[in-house]
Amino acid sequence: MSAADNALSVVQEAPVQPAASVIKRRWWLGAALPLSLALGWELAVLFGLAEGRLLPTPSRILATLWSLSEGGELAVHIGATLSRVAAGFFIGALVALGIGAVAGYSRTIRAVIDPSIQGLRAIPSLAWVPLFILWLGIFEASKITLIAVGVFFPVYLGVSAAVLSVDRKIVEVGRIFRLSGRKLVTRILIPAILPNVVVALRTGLGLGWMFVVAAEIMGASQGLGYLLVDGQQLGKPEQILSAILVFALIGKLTDGLIVALSTPFLRWQDHYEAHH
Amino acid sequence: MLELHHLSKTYANGTAALRQFNLSIQPGEAVAIVGGSGCGKSTLLRLISGLEQASSGSVVLNGETISAPHPEVGLVFQEPRLLPWLSVADNIGFGLDQLPKAERQTRVQEALARVGLAGQGNKWPRELSGGMAQRVALARALVSRPGVLLLDEPFSALDALTRSDLQDHLVELWQGSRPTLILVTHDIEEALVIADRVIVLRPKPGRLEAVIDISLSRPRIRDAEDFETVKRQLRAALEVSLQQTPQERVS
Ligand SMILES: Nc1ncnc2c1ncn2[C@@H]1O[C@H](COP(=O)(O)OP(=O)(O)OP(=O)(O)O)[C@@H](O)[C@H]1O
Ligand SMILES: [Mg+2]
Repeated sequence: MSAADNALSVVQEAPVQPAASVIKRRWWLGAALPLSLALGWELAVLFGLAEGRLLPTPSRILATLWSLSEGGELAVHIGATLSRVAAGFFIGALVALGIGAVAGYSRTIRAVIDPSIQGLRAIPSLAWVPLFILWLGIFEASKITLIAVGVFFPVYLGVSAAVLSVDRKIVEVGRIFRLSGRKLVTRILIPAILPNVVVALRTGLGLGWMFVVAAEIMGASQGLGYLLVDGQQLGKPEQILSAILVFALIGKLTDGLIVALSTPFLRWQDHYEAHH
Repeated sequence: MLELHHLSKTYANGTAALRQFNLSIQPGEAVAIVGGSGCGKSTLLRLISGLEQASSGSVVLNGETISAPHPEVGLVFQEPRLLPWLSVADNIGFGLDQLPKAERQTRVQEALARVGLAGQGNKWPRELSGGMAQRVALARALVSRPGVLLLDEPFSALDALTRSDLQDHLVELWQGSRPTLILVTHDIEEALVIADRVIVLRPKPGRLEAVIDISLSRPRIRDAEDFETVKRQLRAALEVSLQQTPQERVS
């Protein structure tokens, strides 16, 4: 086979590479940088080239995680943080779903409530903290309220926009088949807004995680945020980094949970095929 | 009997889409509506289907004034408008949820076969070509067996072969259960294959320009000599009736 033939066959084969192998290779490409940095740091400290006191080595972080989880301490902290996020997320998301849906559905109600909600949204949510503590005390209620407020706004925005943007042409299909109001909602409106609602919930959950850190840093005796503060006060950076690692992990897991729960209902979407 | 009395429609933005439209259609009659783009054909079907309220005048079906979608009236929209979250089969069965499941399935399978999509019921709408989607939309209207079937350019997205095939199917179907058929089309040949009468609309505002009876015997053969003759006559009639007077052209 001549060189020219070879060149030609390469050109022809390139585009038909299976997509899966490309994705796999990209995944490794993405993981290579943090992994080699971690390994480099580990070796640098091991050979005495650097001092690992302020930035502990990966092995020390893992050891800390191990000792924290061995005594069941870590589970308690995770449990405390998770239950706060869960409570705040459910309350915030539920209220936002209700109000957002109504505001998207009814022009009049939207005219009444949307300006106020947009006004409240302009206030940085952390500014409420002193008031919440004054009203609700320093314990769970004020923390959960703060998280709920953080979750509320993105979910409200996403849901009301989703209801507003439902295609009138699709609604007419329901009307021509004479669906009653309730069936119009369950068979047309809810499936139509579902993709956007899932996105809104994921954004809301992300904010819930952000605000639980704020709430726990401001005062808690349990929780991953408490581990952060405690690590700072005792000068244990490995504890801070352990908590951060757990935050990242659980944040990703809970987000994945929403995706996994919604995927069966969103299979009809074009881009879902690309993920599976 | 379907009667349109002095039907007028002016949209909220002031567009006079239809003015003083009068027409009586016998039960089981097949009527084609032709006219240029924007002359109010879709508006007319929306009024008959009860999706849109007339500004004045009325639509009366068998003595009953229509002001909201009616179980006896089916509509195939100008676009397929399939629900993307339902499979093809579930889209077709969408209006049948009062039926027992077994019967619904039989009807859906029948309708799929009738539009040439047998065995494709499990696909998602996004997996269909434009023409296939339009056929699913036709099947969705057929399964509920309406007494009045309104079709808004249902075949315009299809290739010539599938189109004439489906036109023949539609005629067959119409000859079988004899619904009243109102078909909006741009295609003179399509009007001639299907209709007993051709209604010509004229734009701005939409109004009735001419009614042309088609007395061709059935089955109508597209390249038969008399078909071609009537086609030429209809085209000429259309051209005459759609010709603007010099005065109108100025305004
Ligand atoms: N919802 C609406 N609001 C305002 N004007 C409208 C609306 N729908 C249609 N029109 C106007 O009414 C007129 C008739 O529209 P219609 O859709 O009935 O035309 P058509 O004959 O079906 O045209 P085509 O052949 O392009 O489908 C047009 O001038 C159009 O701009
Ligand atoms: Mg139209």
